[in-house]
Parts: sequence; C-alpha cells; structure tokens
Amino acid sequence: MLLTREEQRILDGEEGPGKQKAMEILAALGKIYDASRLFPVKSVQVAGVSYSNLGDAGLEFLEELAATGVKATVPAMLNPAGMDLLNWKKLGVPKEFAEKQLEVINAYKKMGIRATCTCTPYLIGVKPEYGQHLAWSESSAVTYINSAVGARTNREGGPSALAAAIIGKTPYYGLHLKKNRKPQLLVNVKTDIERISDFGALGYWIGKNFPGKIPLITGIPSATVDELKSLSASIVTYGGPPLFHIEGITPEALKGIYPKPEEKIVVDEEEIKDARAGITDETGKVDFVAIGCPHASLEEIKFISELLRGKRVEVETWITTSRRVMEMAKRRGYLKAINKAGAKVVPDTCMAVAPLKGRFHVMATNSAKACYYGRGSNKFKTLLCTTEECMSIATGGKR
Amino acid sequence: MRARGRVIKSGEAEGKALVSKEPISFYGGVDPKTGVVTEKKHPLKGKSVAGKVLVFPNGKGSTVGSYIIYRLKKNRKAPVAIVNEESEPIVATGAIISDIPMIDHVHISKIKNGDLVKIKGEVIAWKSSH
Repeated sequence: MLLTREEQRILDGEEGPGKQKAMEILAALGKIYDASRLFPVKSVQVAGVSYSNLGDAGLEFLEELAATGVKATVPAMLNPAGMDLLNWKKLGVPKEFAEKQLEVINAYKKMGIRATCTCTPYLIGVKPEYGQHLAWSESSAVTYINSAVGARTNREGGPSALAAAIIGKTPYYGLHLKKNRKPQLLVNVKTDIERISDFGALGYWIGKNFPGKIPLITGIPSATVDELKSLSASIVTYGGPPLFHIEGITPEALKGIYPKPEEKIVVDEEEIKDARAGITDETGKVDFVAIGCPHASLEEIKFISELLRGKRVEVETWITTSRRVMEMAKRRGYLKAINKAGAKVVPDTCMAVAPLKGRFHVMATNSAKACYYGRGSNKFKTLLCTTEECMSIATGGKR
Repeated sequence: MRARGRVIKSGEAEGKALVSKEPISFYGGVDPKTGVVTEKKHPLKGKSVAGKVLVFPNGKGSTVGSYIIYRLKKNRKAPVAIVNEESEPIVATGAIISDIPMIDHVHISKIKNGDLVKIKGEVIAWKSSH
C-alpha cells in the first residue's frame, strides 16, 4: 500500500506514539488486504466497549493510548456498553464491573469519541449518505448502512476502527470498492415477510445456508427501517456478509447498477418455518423477555407502549435502546405505560454485551440475532416471537 | 536456513520455535495469565507460548484476541515473535499494539519445534537446536 508523505511521517512516529500506533494498524491491514491506499472516512463507529469483552487487557490498552493524547479527527461514536451507564445499580450490575466499565468509557471520551453507546447510530442523527465511505464496527450497523443506505464500510475490529478514528482514514479495500458489492445469489421470496421477526428468520436462513454470499432478495414489496435493521442483524450474525440488496427497496438495487446473479434459490413458507424452528428451543417457562436487538427505535417503543397500556408484566422485560431514543420516547410520553407495566427501558447496553449469564434461563425475543447471543454467551434457551407475542408472554398470557 | 517474509510489525527477536500446523484463536484458546494453550484438541494444548517464536498458519476466532495478545505481553507471557503463513487482522493488530515483531508469507512447514529462530525485519533465519 502506498502512503502519502504525511502518512509516512505519522508511521515514522513524528506525530507521537499514539498516532504512530494507529497508523501501524492501518498500514498492516492495508498490506494484508492488498489495499492501494488509505481513504478518508466521514464517520467511525467503534466496537469493543463492553468490559465483559475487553477485560483488563483491553482497558489497559485504551488507557495507555488515551494517555498519549491522541484524539479522533472525524466524528466517532461507541457501540453499546455492558450496562446502563447511569442507572446500573438498579439493574443489578456488580459495583466492580461498573467501575471498570466506566473507566473504559472515560478512556474513549478522553480520545474524543462520543459515548453514544448504540448499535443504531443511524437512528439518532448520524445519517451517512449514499456512497460515503465509513469505518464502522458493529455487525448490524455495518450491514444496515451498507445495504439500506448504500454507504460503504468494511466490518472493522475494535482497534482498527479506533485507528481509523484517530487518523480519519481507512485502507481502501473490500466493500469500499464497487466491484466487491455485486450480488452473488438471487433469493426469490415467495412467502409473506411482514414482521420484524420474519425478516430476522429470513436473514438467519440466508446467512446459515449461503455464508459469505451477497444476496439480491426479490419478492419483498416493502420494508420499514425496523424490519431492515432486523434483517441486517440476523443475516450477518448467522454467516452472511455485511451487505445485501433488495429489489425495489435498497438504493444500489434501485439504481440497477449490478448484473443479476446466476445462482438462484427460492424461499417459501417452509424455509421460514424451518428458520424459526432453528432458533427456537423446546423451552421451559420464559423468565426474560428482550426487545431491542438491534437497539429499539422510537416507533418500536411507541408500539410496545400501546401493547402494554393498562397491563402488568409478570416476567422480567427489557427494551434496550440508545439513551437518545429513550429520552425522545420519554418526552413523547411513551415511557409512562411501559414503566407502569413494570417493564424496563434500558439504554446504553443490550442482551448481547451485558453480563447476564446465570441471571435468566429462557428468553423470548423478536430478534433472531438476540437468539444467537442469548444461546452463546449467556447460555439461555431462546424463543423467537413477534413483538405482540413477546408482550403477551411478558404479561402472563400465551404466546 | 534463511527466508524472507513480509513485515507486519517490524523488529528483532530471537527464540525457540513453537510450531502449530493449526490456526490459533487467542480469545478462549490461550490463557492470558499463563500463556498456556487451552483450546480443546489443539496440537499445542498444554504448551506455553511465553518467550517462544510462535509459528502458525493464521489466526482465527474473535477479534478480542488482539487484546489477549496485549494482555499476554503485559503479563510477560507473550511470544517474542510471531510468524504466520498468511496473517489476518486479529493477530496482526495484537502484535502491533503489543510491540511483538511479526512477519508472514513464510513457508512454515520447514520450521520445526525447538529450532532456534532469529527475526530481523523481513528476514527469518533458523537452525536445529540439536
């Protein structure tokens, strides 16, 4: 990879050890992926925030890097943390964990990175545009912004995103190049995909059966932001690449800039049923209902508030979201019914990164992605339901 | 024997080779406190990477692996150098943030466990310790 004179100076350490380290990471990645050069990015989203993933090693690295005085040179924001940063006590987070988690956040803040702590920055005013180049990390956010918006980013690791934030650039390879964004598999959907959980099940089926292949999906007449966010999260979690196209919906498909792929498959009612069965365990009694993976939007919170009005939850129920969306929901009065019902709106964190192992055993959720992390790190049994079914279970009713 | 590789993290190091034909996942596969490989059924299971020139085809697993390498370094249990056939971002990033010399594009099948290995820039030299 060719470096400019300015980039070479940074690599040689002439702007200090922090920037040097960042440039070393970018230069090595450029070399590994055979990038031609570094390319400026409009924004960066940094994963590697939860202390339960970082551990003391990660925390120490971040603190030492922050101590060199480096700062982000482009808008940069954080992925969810391991807890609600303000009300962690109420949610039963141990003090030792909370202290370490806050140290992680402070190290990032010192480097000028905004503690938005969300996997849906595109719902809180960070609105990349078609064709813009970014360096984002969190898999669902990367997939959404590539697919639904047509911005361009690879799926960055924590340190490479941080390096991109400091330098303001990323190696030019992979999904930054148009030639690598072509669909490779035509998925003809012949059944109704209408709910958030349907889109999750579809993503599971495509990702699991055709890992690494960029799909062009046909046969879906419309999709909301929340539905595209659900598909984004599940397709990449279960093995797909962080990009899909939907005929008539996503911008690159609308522009018709790519040829139709030769390999074709059909998804019918049977496949979606199989997918739902694949992420649903034979369960005991549900003791945890989780909505908000990826983080719930204002519309989802409004819908849940309508479902819970005048009811009372009998099962621990979390709706995870960004702090910004929670505050908007509060101003619009959506939180009253939810709080009154005894459900919890939890900001800054989610069920995939909060240390919940052992606290719950059977989780009902509308998110196919949450099923993966629930089963994996938290050892839950999982149940994929619609949002209404989740709230029905939460309030003591049947599915 | 001598060969030229591709520099991922430049530096000089010397040590005995610990060679794995299988990829290594540092997160969940190597104990950051002891440097001992813990992954079930791994050919290096039970062996320590500490102070060794660690030779393996490529990294695998979670990106948290980069921080595990950093933690090994802090605990003085890190390898003195890393040699890969084809490096990937997890181990490369780990080597960079931990200041561990690393090269790739080396035919690792020629290096045997226990060989004395020297690395300087892109050059790797090794000889049998017997």
